[in-house]
Amino acid sequence: MLLLTCPHCGVTAEETEFAPGGEAHLKRFGPGSDDDAFEAYMFNRKNPMGVHFERWRHAYGCGKWFIAARCTVTLEVFGTYPAQTTEPPAGIVETIKAKRPEWEGYK
Amino acid sequence: MSRRLASGGRLIDRARPLKFTFNDQHMSGFAGDTLASAMLGRGQVLAGRSFKYHRPRGVVASGAEEPNALVGLGKGERFEPNQRTTTTELFDGLSATSQNHWPSLEFDLLAANNLVPQFLTAGFYYKTFLRPRAFWKHVYEPIIRRSAGLGRAPDAESRDPDRYELVYGFADVLVIGGGVAGLQAALAAGRAGARVMLWEQTAHWGGRAPVDGVEIDGQPADSWIKSAVEALEGMENVSLRLRCMGAGVHDHGYVLGNERVADHLPGASGPRQRLWRVRADRVITATGAIERPLSFAGNDLPGVMLASAVRDYVVNWAVSPGRTVVVTNNDDAYRTAIALKEAGEDVPVIADARDEATGALPQKARDLGIRIMTGTGVQKVKGGKTVTGVALCRIDSDGSTHTEVLDCDAVAMSGGWSPVVHLWSHCGGKLIWDDAQAFFRPDPDRPPLGHDGAGFVACAGAASGALGAGDGLADAHAAGAAAARDTGATGDAGHPARAEAPEEAPLRQVWIMPARAGYALRMKMWLDFQNDVKVSDVQLAAREGYHSVEHTKRYTTLGMATDQGKLSNINGLAVLSDALDQPIPATGTTTFRPPYTPITLGAISGEAKGDLFQPLRRTPMHDWHAANGVHWEPVGQWRRPFAYLRAGEDVHQSVNREVLNARSNIGLLDASTLGKILVSGPDAGRFLDMLYTNMMSTLRPGKCRYGLMCNENGFLMDDGVVARLDEQSFLVHTTSGGADHIHGWMEDWLQCEWWDWKVHTVNLTEQFAQIAVVGPKARALLERLGGMDLSREALPFMGWAEGTLGGVRARVFRISFSGELSFEVAVPAAQGRAFWDMLLHQGRDLGVMPYGTEALHILRAEKGFIMIGDETDGTVIPQDLNLNWAISKKKDDFLGKRGMERVAMTDPDRWKLVGLETLDGSVLPHGALAVVEGVNANGQAQTEGRVTSSYYSATLGRGIAMALVRRGPDRMGEVLRFAGAHDARIEARIVDPVLHDKDGEKLHG
Ligand SMILES: [Zn+2]
Repeated sequence: MLLLTCPHCGVTAEETEFAPGGEAHLKRFGPGSDDDAFEAYMFNRKNPMGVHFERWRHAYGCGKWFIAARCTVTLEVFGTYPAQTTEPPAGIVETIKAKRPEWEGYK
Repeated sequence: MSRRLASGGRLIDRARPLKFTFNDQHMSGFAGDTLASAMLGRGQVLAGRSFKYHRPRGVVASGAEEPNALVGLGKGERFEPNQRTTTTELFDGLSATSQNHWPSLEFDLLAANNLVPQFLTAGFYYKTFLRPRAFWKHVYEPIIRRSAGLGRAPDAESRDPDRYELVYGFADVLVIGGGVAGLQAALAAGRAGARVMLWEQTAHWGGRAPVDGVEIDGQPADSWIKSAVEALEGMENVSLRLRCMGAGVHDHGYVLGNERVADHLPGASGPRQRLWRVRADRVITATGAIERPLSFAGNDLPGVMLASAVRDYVVNWAVSPGRTVVVTNNDDAYRTAIALKEAGEDVPVIADARDEATGALPQKARDLGIRIMTGTGVQKVKGGKTVTGVALCRIDSDGSTHTEVLDCDAVAMSGGWSPVVHLWSHCGGKLIWDDAQAFFRPDPDRPPLGHDGAGFVACAGAASGALGAGDGLADAHAAGAAAARDTGATGDAGHPARAEAPEEAPLRQVWIMPARAGYALRMKMWLDFQNDVKVSDVQLAAREGYHSVEHTKRYTTLGMATDQGKLSNINGLAVLSDALDQPIPATGTTTFRPPYTPITLGAISGEAKGDLFQPLRRTPMHDWHAANGVHWEPVGQWRRPFAYLRAGEDVHQSVNREVLNARSNIGLLDASTLGKILVSGPDAGRFLDMLYTNMMSTLRPGKCRYGLMCNENGFLMDDGVVARLDEQSFLVHTTSGGADHIHGWMEDWLQCEWWDWKVHTVNLTEQFAQIAVVGPKARALLERLGGMDLSREALPFMGWAEGTLGGVRARVFRISFSGELSFEVAVPAAQGRAFWDMLLHQGRDLGVMPYGTEALHILRAEKGFIMIGDETDGTVIPQDLNLNWAISKKKDDFLGKRGMERVAMTDPDRWKLVGLETLDGSVLPHGALAVVEGVNANGQAQTEGRVTSSYYSATLGRGIAMALVRRGPDRMGEVLRFAGAHDARIEARIVDPVLHDKDGEKLHG
């Protein structure tokens, strides 16, 4: 059971205090998008072995959504940041690059 | 033979005899005994029968690793199967029964399996079940169910009367294992100032050191242990717990522990067991090592035991197995021969597989006059229900001839030791093969990692591979001090204690005995005692192509029993490696999974059962329902009245009465569970336009609109009425079960996609009591209360008004889910009950009568209204329910719009909503499928629709139903055949789903 820190209220809590929301930084494809783009948005997930960005909601706390950058193999958490962004903050990217030089980036 | 010695026994109190029964035979032992030591002490060696072959089995070990001596403990509601006698503390009145025999332990007819051991070789289940198919159910399964297996499950109707609790704990350093290494690690971390927890799974501190005669800091181990425990108890930052098994080490330092608080104290107040959930910054596993059996023919006979276990029984409980032959590949087992000899017992020989035995321990054995035969192993053990003798042979031979035959009561075997690496491995700690000591030990460079990327588990003492007491204490001290330092403790950890123990010579790796044994011997060499897996089975698996250790495990069932292969694991993979002609580390180990030993389900559920299973949400009128004949229906965490029963009525009659009354007089529905979410802000209208399939931003204040919510797939998710409160705020009603989910859904989009939109949401569900006042006399009743103009002109259908009704502030929504004239009245929750009582009182002569959720369902079905969860199942789009009118064509975008445009969603063959009328007036089974001629590729009937709602309509006097049918609306009047029970076919005609008040006169009334 993971320990996560909510970047909104600063609380570090048990995984059961949060609700998971799947892969982060997805771009929404609505009406007018082609089938491939819509399929990718709906169904295609990276499911990486390694660095992963995922959405969490502090469901039994402040109620806010945030994004956790973590390693799916070692479970190391590189950092958490508010969900109101389309890409990971530079500081988190730097941290990950330092710890995982082979990492190919979040895209 | 096995018996109690006249003196000795460091753990027993001979002044306190205890009585117990085994298979209803009265026996006695002493306080401090385990059930195993007490049984062996009075000569009861035979403990049970084996899993497949029903071979007689006795105690092998003295602790948690015991595979054989499993019994059923207790009686009636307290009966528990598969309990290890070696870890069961004896108490007065204990009752135990042996398992897996028929008809009796002493005489087992199914031991005939044993005569044809080929019958159940590796992969037996897979091979046998291939064909013929009909044999599975009628031949193989009954045979296997009767013969294979362990204890009986408790009676399904019994309820565990004991209490269990869950406890949360936090520690800087959690030390698991209270042997001398664990004590030393805790001392170092405690002295340094860390918050320390120390757990020991048995009832005693100190582990094996006192049995092995270790001296620590110049004193006998017992007295060092006593002072170490006293020192720890004196530290405010340290807590100690006996009988607490470290069950599993999980992500980020989350550790489960199972504390057997009162298993040994029947009738004591308080919980029987406690499940600890601890977050620890650092975990030290000081879990010791487990001795390995040797694989020789007949090694499963009762009386063949681990050498360390024999020593434990002699020293701890003054129980001797009798005249004992010791067979070993290492020096440590000599301690057993010495302990037996010093207790006055006969040790005819020590058979040592090594070419020479010259260390301090062999020398001491020689000095005691014990005969030592080197280069020697066991050819086979002789005996039936217990050991009667042993034949020895040259270790490097094929075992076809013996060198000597000796009479004996027992065989003490030692194949070396394996560190207990389970807890290290649970969360990803890696192992390395130590060829000199012939075991896998933790690789300190590859520990499990915590949230910060640092290793959070360390091993101490024998668990890290430091088998000798001297090395173990130094290792444990270092681990404790380092863990404390990692957590920020800055105090002085002090110095490690110094232990004196004889030097030990290297062992010889022996995986089968003798080395070149032929098939006849190999098929009598047990690897996994509990699951009856033998050397020959693993070799057969290898020949049949099972090269992965994980596959071999499942094919042979090696290590899959309740002991999870604690004794068999290393021996099994060594045999597999040999068969595959590869080194042991190339084979690797199977995965170690929690819990370390089984935990009873009661401890896992804790207090979460009965009324405490989950929170109960109550509406303000809950108590009135409870006092007025309610038949409850769970809806999420709510309890809603299904119907209100009057004297002499069954549920069906009550429901019919409630339906008819709502249609003719006034029905009251407690609708407080309906979700009520306030959505406000400058962008609220724009936001709701995205959320709903229809337009909400054009709704005028004072008006209500029904809307549908879909997910991005276009599948219908929720529905309800939106009321516009003012220019910037809307009150969104959701389904009862959907309130929390929809509120979360809104927040997801607002926070993660449209975070620049100015919208605020609040879930107000529990702030209001909501009552539906339904029926032709509804307006008359509300007007009696006074305070608001609720006339058709002032408050038309789909309008809402705010005011005071009968002195209570109220919002009145002129909406209907029943097809009747209907008002939904929301009042502050605190006044809900008073308002409800007022309606009942004022409406008595108008025929007011509450109705429950079943009447609600019938009323809406008569009117053809859909219900989320009945007409929808997560794959239904609004168009399937003929709700195209509620899908805006003006909007460029809304959630689900793109999903609905996919080819499959516009397929004209989709199943669509229709009404059904059975030809015979009966009620269709809910969920019944419409069948057509022919079968599909799987031989199943072809279907063209299914019933989504089905009720008896008291209004119409017959069964009514709604269904999704292929091209349904185009097939009005057609008769379909629905599948009923026992191949019955029920004919029903497709009709308009609206069966009541088709013109809406009542609705708009
Ligand atoms: Zn928070």
